[in-house]
Amino acid sequence: MTARLPHLAAGFAVILAVVLGAAVLSARPVWHSLPADHGLLRLSFTTSGARRCRDRTPEELAALPRNMRQDQICERRRAPVYVELDLDGAPRLAATLPPGGLAGSGPSRVYRRFELPAGAYEVALRLRTDPEAEGFAAETRATVTLQPGQSVAIDYDGANARFVFDPPQEGE
Amino acid sequence: MAGPRAALRRGFDRAERVLDRAFGPDWNPMSQLGALGWFLFWIVAVTGIYLFIFFDTGVQAAYGSVEWLSTDHWWHAGVARSLHRYASDLLVLVMFTHLVREWAKDRYRGARWFSWVSGVPVIWFVYLSGITGYWLVWDQVAQWVALTTTELLDTLGIFGEPIARNFLSPATLSDRFFTLMVFLHIAIPLLLLLLMWIHVQRIALARTRPPRGLAAITLAGLVAGSLILPAPLNGPADLAAAPQEIAVDWFMLGLYPVIESVPAGVIWAGVVLFTVGLAGMPWLPARRDAAAEVFLDHCNGCERCVVDCPYSAITLVPRSDGAPFRWEVEVNPDRCVACGICMGACPSSSPFRRSGDLITGIDLPDQQLAELRAEVIAGAAALEGGPGTGRVLTLACRHGAGEGAAPGRVGVPCTAMVPPSMIDFIISRGLADGVAVAGCAERECHNRLGKRWTDARFARERDPFLRARVPRERVLTVWAGPTEAPRLGRETAAFADRLAALPPYERIRPLEEDERENGNGNAKQTRRTEAAQ
Repeated sequence: MTARLPHLAAGFAVILAVVLGAAVLSARPVWHSLPADHGLLRLSFTTSGARRCRDRTPEELAALPRNMRQDQICERRRAPVYVELDLDGAPRLAATLPPGGLAGSGPSRVYRRFELPAGAYEVALRLRTDPEAEGFAAETRATVTLQPGQSVAIDYDGANARFVFDPPQEGE
Repeated sequence: MAGPRAALRRGFDRAERVLDRAFGPDWNPMSQLGALGWFLFWIVAVTGIYLFIFFDTGVQAAYGSVEWLSTDHWWHAGVARSLHRYASDLLVLVMFTHLVREWAKDRYRGARWFSWVSGVPVIWFVYLSGITGYWLVWDQVAQWVALTTTELLDTLGIFGEPIARNFLSPATLSDRFFTLMVFLHIAIPLLLLLLMWIHVQRIALARTRPPRGLAAITLAGLVAGSLILPAPLNGPADLAAAPQEIAVDWFMLGLYPVIESVPAGVIWAGVVLFTVGLAGMPWLPARRDAAAEVFLDHCNGCERCVVDCPYSAITLVPRSDGAPFRWEVEVNPDRCVACGICMGACPSSSPFRRSGDLITGIDLPDQQLAELRAEVIAGAAALEGGPGTGRVLTLACRHGAGEGAAPGRVGVPCTAMVPPSMIDFIISRGLADGVAVAGCAERECHNRLGKRWTDARFARERDPFLRARVPRERVLTVWAGPTEAPRLGRETAAFADRLAALPPYERIRPLEEDERENGNGNAKQTRRTEAAQ
């Protein structure tokens, strides 16, 4: 083994140099994922569109077994959900979100991110769950103050038909 | 071989010669890349198991436990974490160096396709293992990795709900998510281990352990590196904040800045093209080596070729021709790289044989034993000078310093293809005053085991032996890579000088006329495939 001492020493030095090189490259140089003066606004929600339903006729009800006599019959497929987002009056998103699932019976979903310079923004959100209905099911206006490096999330509370900001924003 | 591949091959050889001096040829890490990959995997596995003892799953607990082990218990758990990380980084480095080196040496086509193709999923599973590991720390890098990964995956549209929603705000992330990640970080490396095992299935005596000396200095280097530059821990993840400056591990996460910079469709197309393109390389263009053939009239099923084959291409099967032997050998052409090591191992491969045609038990169609003998005789005739003047006949591997043509040089696919009796034949027939066997660089045989078997046969440690009557001072072995042609020339010239100074070799029995005839009469012999019909 004594004959291998030079190889042990030189080999160790080479390996150590490679390890230290790897250690440096395992954290440097840093990557700027987001400019220093920018923040992140993310809109994401999952909510169900309306279903087309109609009342059963008395003849239809009579033809059904007693335990299946429900007054209404609905299509399995749900309607798409329509959502709009404006920033300072400028449209940034206007999307029709199809229902999920192979049969279109699931909720509509969205996830969008907006990298924005830090500052205050007038955010307007509108959502429609039934294409045949007039107006929107939910409308919100809020002033979002985005700090550098901050992430503001916007979700939709379907039960209360309102948009929710995290953290809460002025005018929400 | 020419073009960029040849340039790269020579570049590797030059760099490896430098490392030969530092490590010694047997410990050269470039010739142990596969084995080092396995060793690094086990370092990562053992340190991972150790870290798991201290790791807590949970949104807050994960980071807290990693911070605790990195600071309060830096001297054992912290070092283990650095080892875990740096060994993973080196694994990526070793893996890609291995890949490029095998391409440069053209060891990925033909029968070697299986090892190449089975290595492609290994690449992805190494990355998946690393990515899920980074996720667990739940620091700012983990948050960035989580967001970038899930946003990319969501573009596939295969998930019921956008998985990036899990990281929308502090309120949306649950502790159970970390339980899932721990499961993935254990399951994926286990699958990786399975893939690595599959990767080495078509080679005999696969090296999955580096030499102890190399393993020791690799581990020592990693420990020292971990103490000098401990793996940094970034600030805790905060979903109310957007990660800005990321301390990227460029080995494991080097693709993430690309993912952020180009559309998702380009990324997915790139993933598919890279995977399919890489896996398809063995057929771009394809290469078919003419597999070794078995001649039953000269095979008694002794098994030497089975044991010596580096690619597990030869197996013993029950005798099919009615000869009074239990076994015969069978070559699987899909695994044979035509290195000829089997021919060198066959006891029937004797160039001295004068009765009938020169046929051996297992032969290479592209360079049969009879052809080799004829080439040796022709090569000897091209040597200048008469007996006792230091004439050297060189049997040169085509992957080493002797790859080019030269007077008195006979090229072979591997030095172990040359039966030891051929050396005896050359000297005892007075074809040359000495024989130089020029193989690949000492650090690594192109055909894995050729150098090892040649050395063992010449040292009379492995059958077929180089006969004791062969004067060893008339045999020279030179292990030299493709960029060491000048050294081969110098050593051969010095050998010639030594031979010239020797007294005349007295046991020469000159070649007779019938021996000069090319004894290639394979058509008269019973090929194994014909016997089976």
